[in-house]
Amino acid sequence: MERVVQTLVDAVSVGSLYALTALGIGLIFGVMRLINFAHGELMTIAAYTLLALVGLPLPVMLLGAMLVAVVLALITERAAFRPLRNADPTTLLISSFAVSFFLQKLLILLVGSRLKGLDFLPGLGREIQLVGVRLQLLQIVTIVVGAVLLVVMTWFLKATRLGLHMRAAAEDFRMARVLGVRANGVIAMAFALSGVLAAAVSCLVVAQTGVVQPRMGLQLVIIAFVGTVIGGLGSLTGAALGGFLVGAGSILLQALLPPELRPFREAFVFIAVALVLLFRPQGLIPARGLRERI
Amino acid sequence: MSAPAPRGDRAVDMLRRLWPLLALCLIVAGIALAASFAPAVLQRRATQGLINLTAVVGLYVFVGNSGVLSFGSVAFMAVGAYVSALLTMRPAAKSVFLPDLPAMIANAQWPTLPGALAGGFVAALVALVVGWPLMRLSGVSASIATFAVLVVANVVFGNWTSVTGGQNSLMGLPAYVDLWTALGWALAAMAIAFLYQETRSALLLRASREDEAAAEASGVNVMLHRLLAFVISAFLSGIAGVLLGHFLGIVRVENFYLDLTFLIVAMLIIGGRGSLTGAVAGALVIAVLTELLREAEVGVQIGKATLAAPPGTGDVILALIMLLIILFRPDGIAAGRELTWPFNRN
Repeated sequence: MERVVQTLVDAVSVGSLYALTALGIGLIFGVMRLINFAHGELMTIAAYTLLALVGLPLPVMLLGAMLVAVVLALITERAAFRPLRNADPTTLLISSFAVSFFLQKLLILLVGSRLKGLDFLPGLGREIQLVGVRLQLLQIVTIVVGAVLLVVMTWFLKATRLGLHMRAAAEDFRMARVLGVRANGVIAMAFALSGVLAAAVSCLVVAQTGVVQPRMGLQLVIIAFVGTVIGGLGSLTGAALGGFLVGAGSILLQALLPPELRPFREAFVFIAVALVLLFRPQGLIPARGLRERI
Repeated sequence: MSAPAPRGDRAVDMLRRLWPLLALCLIVAGIALAASFAPAVLQRRATQGLINLTAVVGLYVFVGNSGVLSFGSVAFMAVGAYVSALLTMRPAAKSVFLPDLPAMIANAQWPTLPGALAGGFVAALVALVVGWPLMRLSGVSASIATFAVLVVANVVFGNWTSVTGGQNSLMGLPAYVDLWTALGWALAAMAIAFLYQETRSALLLRASREDEAAAEASGVNVMLHRLLAFVISAFLSGIAGVLLGHFLGIVRVENFYLDLTFLIVAMLIIGGRGSLTGAVAGALVIAVLTELLREAEVGVQIGKATLAAPPGTGDVILALIMLLIILFRPDGIAAGRELTWPFNRN
């Protein structure tokens, strides 16, 4: 019984990490049809910022990581994506692929490719007793942070003026502009928010693994991409749901698969994804307005 | 137009039609011939360049004609490399590294050419199975799905210890790939890519690249033609993987992952993903550039000090060039054009 609850909690915590990552990717895709590979590097560089700020008070570290991720997100938008705003999605995809590898290789050039240990938030490694089950504090924190961020994002998108603009832009960018939504403002806001989400995920992942390395972001982002695709590209709810399912699914597979098949769990997750797509090529929650109207 | 063209003109027309291929073949063969007189180290680099060229042409067949970016070609290279390795290695070597191999494969020792072809065909078969669900996806979703294929291939080859050796390298492959073998396959790959793009199927696929909705409305079965391009592309990628494995004499799973994907994709984008000329130009330009940057990382001796770029500079510059190309010349060096017949009829 305890084992079952522990596994479920683990699945939900990993699922919420991927939900947040997929949401960050989905936000950008919504406003400019860009699949942002560089989202991974936002996470990586946020993690390296934590490493650089080690020894300072915790709020400074967290704020620093967030600030760096947000500024970097805005810089990539300005330098690499704004000039291509009217380009087709494949050109944008290539651009973000190039940005991602540029940042990753630059990081390797500057700090080396070896992974570095970072004992971040050691207090969260503790186990606590919750209704008779031993659980890792960090997992609870991850779930709470994930839930809070999802609620805040939902509130922002549903209840604020800028959020309304973003949803309008995600649905039909041209129409939104015609009706007075400021394109630059909405897109910059989306990138800034994706930076915040990337930094949050990065802090939680580093607290969990205790290491940073230049490839960490790309590994997270590839799985989150698959989440956004099965959720339905362009739908924010779909992105969060898809990310959650892929993350939680891989943990459940880890627990359910016989030991000799466990190393292949990503393969099983992706095969499951391919099966879902066979029946729903547009994703679980298809976005409105994504298919080009003629 | 009305009267049948005289025989001589028909020959010229044929030549004119095949000219992009012939010209590219002449250029590539000329470079290989020049390299054969160079020192052994440079010859090996040229061989490596021709293998990359084959891989880029393989990727181009799908990306260029369908307009959908694929990150999965390196997965098919890995399939080709492993299949050919398992079929051509000496049974004695296999029994050391892979004691749990099924007897049929363990005892096989195929000649190299059938081994290479088998590598290509198995890669194509995998592409057929994988592509069937994936090609139903729309453009960028399909691209992401091909990235997932790359990850899955890496996970499977990295952990399927009884067949691939897992994280251990597969050593002792017959290292038969020299400059001429690589040249032969590079020319063959270019010919296959060019002849394919002259077919009706490829033309329909390019129509869907320009406007998917219009092509579908005109009765083009986009999924079918995409799948065909994907399979041919995987065959050529598989061959490139075979060549790489038998060039290095070793197959390691991490050699067939993100770094190689980045290199191959960057070559195609920089050269121009819209034409065979672009694919070849990208492979050649980046090969030369990589060579120069490698020299820069080794450094130049000035008096007692060595002035060298820090290791890894080459990768950063390659990524930067790719970024600048996509920003300022998104269709690459060739911009979707093929080489044209230089002699005007009149």
